[in-house]
Amino acid sequence: MPAKKELAVAALRHGTVIDHIPASALFSAVHLLGLESMSQSVTVGNNLPSGRLGSKGIIKVADTTFDPDTLNRIAIIAPTAVVNVIEDYEVVSKQEVVLPEEVVDLVKCTNPKCVTCHEPMRSRFTVVSREPVILKCRYCEHEYTGKGITLK
Amino acid sequence: MKTQSIVSIATLSKQDILSLLREAEWFENHPNSKILDGKVVATLFFEPSTRTRLSFETAVNRLGGRIIGFSDPAATSTSKGETLKDTIKMVSNYVDLIVMRHYLEGAAQYATEVTDIPVINAGDGAHQHPSQTMLDLYSIYKTQGRLDDITVTMVGDLKYGRTVHSLLQALSHFRVKFRFVACDELRMPREFIDFCETQGIDYCESTDFSEDIINDTDILYMTRVQRERFVDLAEYERVKDLYTLHNAMLGGSRENLRILHPLPRVNEINVDVDDNPKAYYFQQARNGLFARQAMICRCLGINPMNQFK
Repeated sequence: MPAKKELAVAALRHGTVIDHIPASALFSAVHLLGLESMSQSVTVGNNLPSGRLGSKGIIKVADTTFDPDTLNRIAIIAPTAVVNVIEDYEVVSKQEVVLPEEVVDLVKCTNPKCVTCHEPMRSRFTVVSREPVILKCRYCEHEYTGKGITLK
Repeated sequence: MKTQSIVSIATLSKQDILSLLREAEWFENHPNSKILDGKVVATLFFEPSTRTRLSFETAVNRLGGRIIGFSDPAATSTSKGETLKDTIKMVSNYVDLIVMRHYLEGAAQYATEVTDIPVINAGDGAHQHPSQTMLDLYSIYKTQGRLDDITVTMVGDLKYGRTVHSLLQALSHFRVKFRFVACDELRMPREFIDFCETQGIDYCESTDFSEDIINDTDILYMTRVQRERFVDLAEYERVKDLYTLHNAMLGGSRENLRILHPLPRVNEINVDVDDNPKAYYFQQARNGLFARQAMICRCLGINPMNQFK
């Protein structure tokens, strides 16, 4: 008899499941989506086994859907993430996150000589590469990748 | 013609550069054309740079424009904590063009986003200084008669020297061979070597400032090796005189060779070179006036050659 597949995180009736988040990016993804201030049920799992990533994180948010711009924020740190929309325990849509061409006010330029570190203004980064993610500051033109990318 | 800002040399196309050079040439022959009669230009120098400011202000004066501005932000509202945005917005009420120098990288780009008035970047920290690059290009164009099929040797601090990086970017539009001569600590950064590779630019690197290299050069672009750039001061002491040009090294050089330097010079060009007709660094600074007159008119949407047809 085949072993019964166990759900690592409880199933969701309605809402959004964000899967395939690299374990190292899970809590940053929580922050980017602004989940700390939500009133709906939020379930967060991390260091779950994953064939693709080795170890992954997952986020389930009940009774909520997100607009694409909000979801795509997490592509900066979790380009592998997949968003499932759930209705009545069924997956009704499944989409990968997409890094926008410009990342606005989410990432900090850590060049101390950059104007964005001194003026009350939004940061803006151009995406110069998607794999790996390389972001270039629109102002000082410094480039950032991997752990060099600092969220605001 | 529409008005436009010039923040970085990288945003200028080959056609933009060539037409600016033709206009600079025109201004050299007509330096006192009153094209800017009735125009007011602000020169906002958030850090002092006497050489650049005087060059821009002379350019405006010779074109018949008027100037407002400051050369010392300590005497302005910036010292009271006013933001750059507010200063730019306030000045925009009064002028047709802003020429700004700032110690922060990206300040000029930000200024273009908060005003509809065109902005010329006269240097933003270690980032961009497009009028320096335009005057370098004009000096090369004027002395060689072309920008294609020349060999440019860059010597000294190729790591931190923004002038050499911008000049390399601008000359990538043309068929130019590059020779990069620097010690290991100050060699051309990886990103610019990669740039040469991806653009198919003919280049070579050398730590040896030899006469063989000089003799194979049309433009010798010297830069200052600064003590404060070295982590290891013993290394500075070892290399500081290796990249100094002496007149005796020019004996076998090409007739058309010209020596450029963004100035100020310290000891990387010995004074015995100054009287050699191939020394061009003082005329180079003068060319800045014509290059800046061309840039000012471009930003204001004025074609000087049409004005006087």
